[in-house]
Amino acid sequence: MKKVAIIGAGPAGIEAASVLAKQGVQVTLFEKSESPLKNIQDKAFLFPNFQAAQEIADDLSGKLLTDGITSILGIDIVDVKWQGTEWKLFDAKGQTYVADAVLVATGYQVFDAHRKEELGYGIYKGVITSLDMENMIKHSKITNANGDVPKRITFLQCVGSRDEKSGNNYCSKLCCVTAVKQAIEVKKHIPSCDVSVFYMDLRMWGQGFEEMYRTAQEKYGVNFVRGRISEAAATFDGRVQLKSEDTLMGLPLKMTTDLLVLMVGMEASCGTKVLGKACDISGEYGFIKTVSPHLYDNDTGKPGLFAAGSCKRPMSVWDSVNDARGAALAILEYVESLKNEN
Amino acid sequence: MANRFWNEYQKTIADDHYFYERSCIRQTFFPGSEAAFLRMLREELNKDIFDDFRQHTCTGIGYHTDVVPLETTMTVVARLFSLMTEHGYENYVPSCVTSFGVFTEMCHMWQEHPELLDKTRENLYKACKREFNLPKNIAHPSDVIYHFRNELAQKMPYRLVNRFTGKPLKVVEHIGCHYAKIFPDKGVGKAEFPYVLAGMIEAWGGDVVDYPERRHCCGFGFRQYLIQENRGYSVSNTKKKLESMEPYEPDFIVSNCPGCSMFLDRWQYTIAEMEHRTYDREGYGIPVLTYEEMAGLLLGYNPWELGLQIHQVQCERLLDKIGIPYDPKQKYRAADGKILRAPEKPENLLV
Repeated sequence: MKKVAIIGAGPAGIEAASVLAKQGVQVTLFEKSESPLKNIQDKAFLFPNFQAAQEIADDLSGKLLTDGITSILGIDIVDVKWQGTEWKLFDAKGQTYVADAVLVATGYQVFDAHRKEELGYGIYKGVITSLDMENMIKHSKITNANGDVPKRITFLQCVGSRDEKSGNNYCSKLCCVTAVKQAIEVKKHIPSCDVSVFYMDLRMWGQGFEEMYRTAQEKYGVNFVRGRISEAAATFDGRVQLKSEDTLMGLPLKMTTDLLVLMVGMEASCGTKVLGKACDISGEYGFIKTVSPHLYDNDTGKPGLFAAGSCKRPMSVWDSVNDARGAALAILEYVESLKNEN
Repeated sequence: MANRFWNEYQKTIADDHYFYERSCIRQTFFPGSEAAFLRMLREELNKDIFDDFRQHTCTGIGYHTDVVPLETTMTVVARLFSLMTEHGYENYVPSCVTSFGVFTEMCHMWQEHPELLDKTRENLYKACKREFNLPKNIAHPSDVIYHFRNELAQKMPYRLVNRFTGKPLKVVEHIGCHYAKIFPDKGVGKAEFPYVLAGMIEAWGGDVVDYPERRHCCGFGFRQYLIQENRGYSVSNTKKKLESMEPYEPDFIVSNCPGCSMFLDRWQYTIAEMEHRTYDREGYGIPVLTYEEMAGLLLGYNPWELGLQIHQVQCERLLDKIGIPYDPKQKYRAADGKILRAPEKPENLLV
């Protein structure tokens, strides 16, 4: 039986493991954290259908029980090398593992908002990230810095994405719709709250996204302001003063808000960057480089070494899952070819 | 304070052997500040700093108001560098923040466009047969004081502490726009959380006030003041800052820019006259110091020799808080010993 190693137990890693195991491949799934699906576990609901993230996580976790999958948690794979007849994986403690093929599914991490210090994250209590807001929504407790119900919440798009200063020129793709989703959630929890979203341009690319954007405005009264926030500062009473420009009105704008929510972008995870470098498959911004985004988007150019999910670029859960299925098919073709050789 | 950010944004500041370039306006606005800086470097820190009597304008105000063309500014800057070169110095320390911005900008342009540097060398030689080297290090004097803030602290008999309450003084620090907003990496702490003055305040016992309009322009803004019709913009910007800092009840403001110190101080009188209001509880206004005056006071220099009597908002109440002795009778004594007539008292700003 052929052996496949999958690095990363996120949606892509688990989906690929499940597909491969069902086809009779022996899969070992390595995960750096002590539990799988960490990025999904951080969410409350997923767009566009507001399905509980926990349901999706439970569904994916169930797939780990498929016969033929061995999950090894808390193991950080830091290098993968071709040894002539098989791939050898090295963990951070120096232990080694072998496989006929390897799938890198090491995923993403969110941008560290501390790096945009002009926006005051980590300095002013009223400045939080979209991850913090997701946590508040998850626990149905949306409060300002003083623990009170906020009267005004302001979202800012593109924090750490499309931003030369932070070195990330790319679009993180999911923040626009996430802000719309969170703005609606806030209005559901606190109907009287004045909610604004500051954006460069709203990229409602997915099915149902545009409708969500309309609903946010028409049903929930969310304000969308085209402009970047240049500076955030705490006021004497612990709120946050914002300076921006409304580029549609052509006017400078100053306002005070209870919470400023920074929509943090997606970056290649540390594991992605480390493996990308070690295996010489690192592309732009530390994401994994594939042979071609059109036809060979799971091939790294190294026979037997594949990539799937948001270790390649920002992806939604469903993009990652679909991509993982494609990767599983490519891996099956590869291991079949090995059988024929033997 | 966001200490962990400024820690990442340090700049190289030379340790010794400085060529000092004086400001066109500082000796009028703050007559004791430059002398105090030289005294601190020479007497407190035992450093070598050269002060050439042949120096001249950097053209900064003319350059930023489009009166002086770029080519002229480059040649004038080159002549100043030629004085530094002639005396064998490599570390340039311009007193004025505008000059600091001009020198940094010219060096940057010359680095990006070497043909402009060649042309400037040619122009300078044609004009006055002089040649120059580029400085190895350009640091503003506030950088230098920041660099030696801990050494100076050991020599200071006074701290930024209210002797009546034992609490740290609340200090508003204001950085000149041309210090770090043009080239953020040339300022300690960069533009968002500048630390050059905050570092001094913290090292000398005070607390920095982080107020909403901390990064806002002081109101000078060159054209806002220099074109008479625009002066309303200048006053309203200063007013915006003063209103923003007022709830924090700062004990004083410190700045590293001549324009900022000037306008944050003088416009308090103007606003008091226009609107009958001041930004402290008692009606005396918020004192504004230069960083040299702040350092000099803590080192025990005579407040009148530092030139505090020239300020619009009077500083005696601040001196009392820190516990610095002063002789009121000597306040208006000229260098020749004559006691000058005291200025008229304003109607609305208490002195």
